[in-house]
Amino acid sequence: MKQEEVNFAKSDAFNLTMIPSAFARKLRTCVIFQLFRFLVINIKMLVVVSKSH
Amino acid sequence: MARLIVMGGGVSGHTAATFAKKWLGSEHEVVVVTPNSQWNWIPSNIWVGVGQMTKEDVVFPLAPVYEKAGIDYRQAKAVSIHPEGKADSDKPYITIEYTGQGKAGQTEEITYDYLINATGPKLNFDATPGLGDGNGQLGEHTVSVCTADHAMHANLELKQIFEKAKTQKQKILVGTGHGMCTCQGAAFEYIFNIEHEAKKAGVRDNLEIKWISNESFLGDFGMGGLHMKVGGYVVSSKLFAESLFAERDVPWLIGAHVNKVEAGKVHYELLDGTTGEEEFDFAMLIPPFAGVGLKAYDKAGEDITGKLFAPNGFMKVDADYSGKPYEEWKASDWPRTYQNPDYKNIFAAGIAFAPPHLISKPMTSVNGTPINPTPPRTGMPAGIIGKAVAHSVCDLIKEGENAHLHEASMAEMGAACVASAGKGVFDGTAAAMTVYPVVPDFEKYPGTGRDTDYTFGEIGLAGHWIKHILHHMFIYKAKLNPGWTLIPE
Ligand SMILES: Cc1cc2nc3c(=O)[nH]c(=O)nc-3n(C[C@H](O)[C@H](O)[C@H](O)COP(=O)(O)OP(=O)(O)OC[C@H]3O[C@@H](n4cnc5c(N)ncnc54)[C@H](O)[C@@H]3O)c2cc1C
Repeated sequence: MKQEEVNFAKSDAFNLTMIPSAFARKLRTCVIFQLFRFLVINIKMLVVVSKSH
Repeated sequence: MARLIVMGGGVSGHTAATFAKKWLGSEHEVVVVTPNSQWNWIPSNIWVGVGQMTKEDVVFPLAPVYEKAGIDYRQAKAVSIHPEGKADSDKPYITIEYTGQGKAGQTEEITYDYLINATGPKLNFDATPGLGDGNGQLGEHTVSVCTADHAMHANLELKQIFEKAKTQKQKILVGTGHGMCTCQGAAFEYIFNIEHEAKKAGVRDNLEIKWISNESFLGDFGMGGLHMKVGGYVVSSKLFAESLFAERDVPWLIGAHVNKVEAGKVHYELLDGTTGEEEFDFAMLIPPFAGVGLKAYDKAGEDITGKLFAPNGFMKVDADYSGKPYEEWKASDWPRTYQNPDYKNIFAAGIAFAPPHLISKPMTSVNGTPINPTPPRTGMPAGIIGKAVAHSVCDLIKEGENAHLHEASMAEMGAACVASAGKGVFDGTAAAMTVYPVVPDFEKYPGTGRDTDYTFGEIGLAGHWIKHILHHMFIYKAKLNPGWTLIPE
């Protein structure tokens, strides 16, 4: 069984949701990809902050 | 010379006082009355609670900052408000009781022209038997991360659990300690930080980590949940939250009103009316919040607390408190100027103002017990409201009583929120979210109540970096270091 599929079997509640694949999880801590996301998130947050002041 | 008194030197009050002083200059007086000698960046208490930061990392002394700013700082707690003065004087005043500055226990009256109440929440541990100690403080069975001292204590207890988990199974319970709690976000951060640290310590396999909360669905967060754009879909925060809990192997118990805490056990009632018990070796349960218990008196000395404050102790402002049913709730029920309707020189900012009603759909168990999150007022709205109120007071002082009041409705402002899910420069993660507006407006945005172009969320290392940078940025700003006004709330 793929590692990300193990938790589905642990409960009905877990079984009915989505669990990220190994690739999606890897991206979460991939420094190059996260540097790019850092820029994107900052821009999105600045837009919301500027709309709120 | 006019005098503004700000009661409370937390996120909202500190923002209000420092901006007011900057705008008013030396011509007018700004007094801060707050019982704490140190300012605390509360969001980072989570990291103190897992030993990733020390108390010193998240606090700094207020006195030098206020001295630099020219603010009159009284380390004291406000006790009562007398908005009409007393028999021989029309001048409004407050009474305070010192907690430091060598005058602990002494009381004093201070007159004001304008008053901002930014006293935040009372951590109402005693609302749940056993959660408190019966004297308003945290009880002995659970821990808290609501203050830096609580968080240090929580970390010491947690370390003992980790030690035991090297050889035996241990159970950790994190969530809310009452059916009417808010601040689920803090508990959410704490549970995933514990999980992250447990993996690092190699004890995760021996730990059962469980969530318990008053939300009717996971990801409600007291805001009725939110819908965000993820991977080309518009997704409910329910799916987003459930996914994270399942991924990290954290089962959940929701719609729960914890009604009693004993050594190693909580008793709860669920929305379906059933009751149960959950055992634990370590539990961090957020207490419900209430107003800090300020009293108010009229000129004749009659108690008018009920006129200034809602029954939950939060101050009444320009909101709709008619108590209308959920189906009739509107964005316009939420306050815009935070001015008290009866006394126009009194304002409330941050957690201290009384919300008109919940944001989440009201829920009661089949036995009639209300079980629903109360509205969160997180750091960004607390700061923005503090600044808007300070602006209004400055204009009233400078331009007279007809000056235009500044507005900061939570139904028209967004919030950026970063919830840590584990600390680490290369292996940390956090859920970075924006929500616009904080209070859904179903007239303007039929469907989800919010603008999905500005409501998004994602989990990753970038979120952790942002959370870490925000920690330093907000402490830098609160210390009034050069350029502090350029850093947004
Ligand atoms: C553990 C935790 C984590 C959090 N994490 C986040 C986060 O990641 N992001 C976010 O946006 N928000 C977060 N929050 C919420 C955030 O801390 C609050 O929104 C914010 O502190 C509210 O500001 P405030 O000024 O209204 O209240 P506070 O910051 O609590 O300030 C109230 C002040 O009033 C003082 N006071 C109390 N009684 C009196 C009295 N009688 N007289 C005078 N002064 C008095 C208190 O000492 C305090 O200084 C978190 C909260 C907690 C508990």
